[in-house]
Amino acid sequence: MFQLLIGTDIPFMKFRRFAYLGSGALAVATAIWLVVHGGPKYSVDFTGGTLLQIRTSQVVPADHVRHALDGAGFKGVELQQMTGENRNEYLLRLQSTTEHDLFTSVQTAIEQQNPGVKVDLRRTEKVGPKVGGELRQKAFWAILGSLGGILLYVGIRYQFKYAFGAVVALFHDVFVTLGMLCFTNREISLTVVAALLTIAGFSINDTIVVFDRIRERAKVLRKEKHSRVMDIAVNETLSRTIITSMTVFMTALALFIWGGEVLRDFSFAMLVGVGFGTYSSVYVASGLALDVWLSLDRRKGIQAE
Amino acid sequence: MMRSDQWKLAGVLLASALSIWYLYPSFRYYTLSPAQRQSLPEADLAKLRKQAVHLGLDLQGGMHLVLEVDKSRLNTEEAKDAVDRAMEVLRRRIDEFGVAEPLIQREGEERIAIQLPGLTDRQRAMDLIGKTALLEFKLVRTADEARNVWTRLDAFLAAKGAGAAAGLDTAMGRAPLTSQFAEIDNPSFVREQDLPVVQRLLATAGIDSVIPPDSQLLWGSPNRGSRGLTGREVYLVKREPEMTGGSIATATAQVGLEQANPGSWGVSMNMTPQGRADFARVTGNNVNRNLAIVLDDEIASAPVIRDRIPSGNASITGGSFTVESAKDLAIVLRAGALPAPVRVIEERSVGPSLGSDSIREGLMAGLVGTLLVVVFMAVYYQLSGVIAIVAMLLNTVYVIAALAGFGATLTLPGIAGLVLTVGMAVDTNVLIFERIREELRNQRSVRQSVELGYDRAFRTIFDAHVTTLISALFLFQFGTGPIKGFAVTLSIGLIANLFTAVLFTRMIYDFMLSRGKVERLSI
Repeated sequence: MFQLLIGTDIPFMKFRRFAYLGSGALAVATAIWLVVHGGPKYSVDFTGGTLLQIRTSQVVPADHVRHALDGAGFKGVELQQMTGENRNEYLLRLQSTTEHDLFTSVQTAIEQQNPGVKVDLRRTEKVGPKVGGELRQKAFWAILGSLGGILLYVGIRYQFKYAFGAVVALFHDVFVTLGMLCFTNREISLTVVAALLTIAGFSINDTIVVFDRIRERAKVLRKEKHSRVMDIAVNETLSRTIITSMTVFMTALALFIWGGEVLRDFSFAMLVGVGFGTYSSVYVASGLALDVWLSLDRRKGIQAE
Repeated sequence: MMRSDQWKLAGVLLASALSIWYLYPSFRYYTLSPAQRQSLPEADLAKLRKQAVHLGLDLQGGMHLVLEVDKSRLNTEEAKDAVDRAMEVLRRRIDEFGVAEPLIQREGEERIAIQLPGLTDRQRAMDLIGKTALLEFKLVRTADEARNVWTRLDAFLAAKGAGAAAGLDTAMGRAPLTSQFAEIDNPSFVREQDLPVVQRLLATAGIDSVIPPDSQLLWGSPNRGSRGLTGREVYLVKREPEMTGGSIATATAQVGLEQANPGSWGVSMNMTPQGRADFARVTGNNVNRNLAIVLDDEIASAPVIRDRIPSGNASITGGSFTVESAKDLAIVLRAGALPAPVRVIEERSVGPSLGSDSIREGLMAGLVGTLLVVVFMAVYYQLSGVIAIVAMLLNTVYVIAALAGFGATLTLPGIAGLVLTVGMAVDTNVLIFERIREELRNQRSVRQSVELGYDRAFRTIFDAHVTTLISALFLFQFGTGPIKGFAVTLSIGLIANLFTAVLFTRMIYDFMLSRGKVERLSI
């Protein structure tokens, strides 16, 4: 029998305050980033505008493309050259959503300025400002709704002392993942929102595994300190927490590396989210559950640790 | 074998048989070589395509459009079924354009979503769909009537000082409008370089009060030549149309309709019996006057009526028709006008090259991800790991079969959902196996450990599935797009997983344990 992390006795709870500090710092950094930049960097799905992904028959330096676009009178185009094998591909982001076909104009501009180069369209996404606003609202309610739904479920299933930690952990995972997306200058698109929702659903899973065990152990180990009960439960479930996350992490990693450009931000969010979800079920969720438990005891006048 | 196991076995066999039944058409359809595809009868191929898993536009390439019907100029009665009528017209246009498997759906109160798979000529499709194609026949006012209106417009604009505002000098300011005309008549001709000024002048507030209410100004099509000049004509026409496109029975693109220009394309129209009678009456009553053929408030041509025309033939020529644009105009005229203008408010198009790249990359990621999980599970849990792997593969098969069975669409995020499901599917078994190992460590017998492992892990597993399902359900609200594909695969995957990872694997264990006393469990 292969075994990993069995029979460990790591005093997790002793270090929980360091974890609070770390998580708090990340959350604050995310909040600051969001305030400074006036919110996350939204994709055309939410801002409205046009995204063009084009491919040229041979590699054209970025400044040549830029020059051609400037010459044709395109204003405020955000140009991004892809890397590696896809250096002959460009992403263009424009505010405009005119009825007129932007690709044809872009194609003409680049082909005229760079003789011998053929431009073809990989994809385009044009979202009118009204639709963008609606999608933004839908995404907002979807995130709020699913967090609320999970919250409700956890609230029914567990006593308050557990539910509080689980909910904070849930918000923590989604928010910090959002932060990581921001720090790496990635766009929040519809697919990324889908990833964030999946993370919300997934992050609570590990927490449930640990909490079920804490509950089970708390019944048996009445004489032990609360922190000891927690540590025992976390240690006992450590291998399954790690392994279940690992299998999902492996598939997310495969998507990130081989899944192609279109899915990259999605799989990045999944990778980061799964990582944080694992950590937070131990530290944020269980740690906070312990603190709530202790403070409830103190209120009842019980000296506990 | 116990009775309950027989039921489980029957369930698994039934589900697997159903899956194979639903997957077979997909397997056949996507493994057909182009030559085989050619040789199959069209009806059989269409049936197969319908039964196979549908690929989203992000995978097969194509165009997704959302149109908004502008009902602002309709009265309540007209507005009621405007969207339905627009959909009908669009359906006819798209059918004639010849796209395989188009999808036209109503979205909410005033929107229409259109999916055109595999389409490459986006611009042409857009023109065809976006054109209102309101065809009207309007009488052109006489030259005298027009000159009268030009003069009154000049006076009105001069009084308003509009000439100066438009940047004209004082001499021109006295006749701001006509000083910009290269030819003062009906139509008047405006040179290319003077167009912006004239358009600005005609947009002056209150100008409608000067034009008689039963008349209106309309522009001719752009880039018309006159005496070697290029520019546009502006007409004064009777506001009320004599006839509309409703009287057109057929329209075809033809070459050589214009005697002066035999190589040019145009559209020739044939009228319905009622239209023919109306046309004969209109032409008979207005001999020697000009009849403007107006398409979407732009005058295509305004020939002189030489004589009463009983044949019901009319044609649209001139402009700068190409073979394609003439054909497309014929299509939209045949299909009829949209009841109200439409605007494209969302477009998502994927070129065929990116689509096939996405399929390749998605498959690659799926294979590598699955392989990683398979190797890990087999090494870490040995025989039990292999059981979990079989359950996971079964789960994947069920999900794809369900997609085919429900007629759902597989999108790129859907593939991502499928790949993630592989990782999540084995998690259920990891939870069970860890629990079994724990019980084994507590010196319980194999049979007891397995029983307790399944029982104790189930509640946790159930909770985990519910929470992820809650998230997935909220994703369904994002309409028909790729995201819905993700929500669908994820949800089906989670539900199928309860069946494969709990029921199916338990059955295997029960089977193994029923064959006598088992001392050691490979886990």
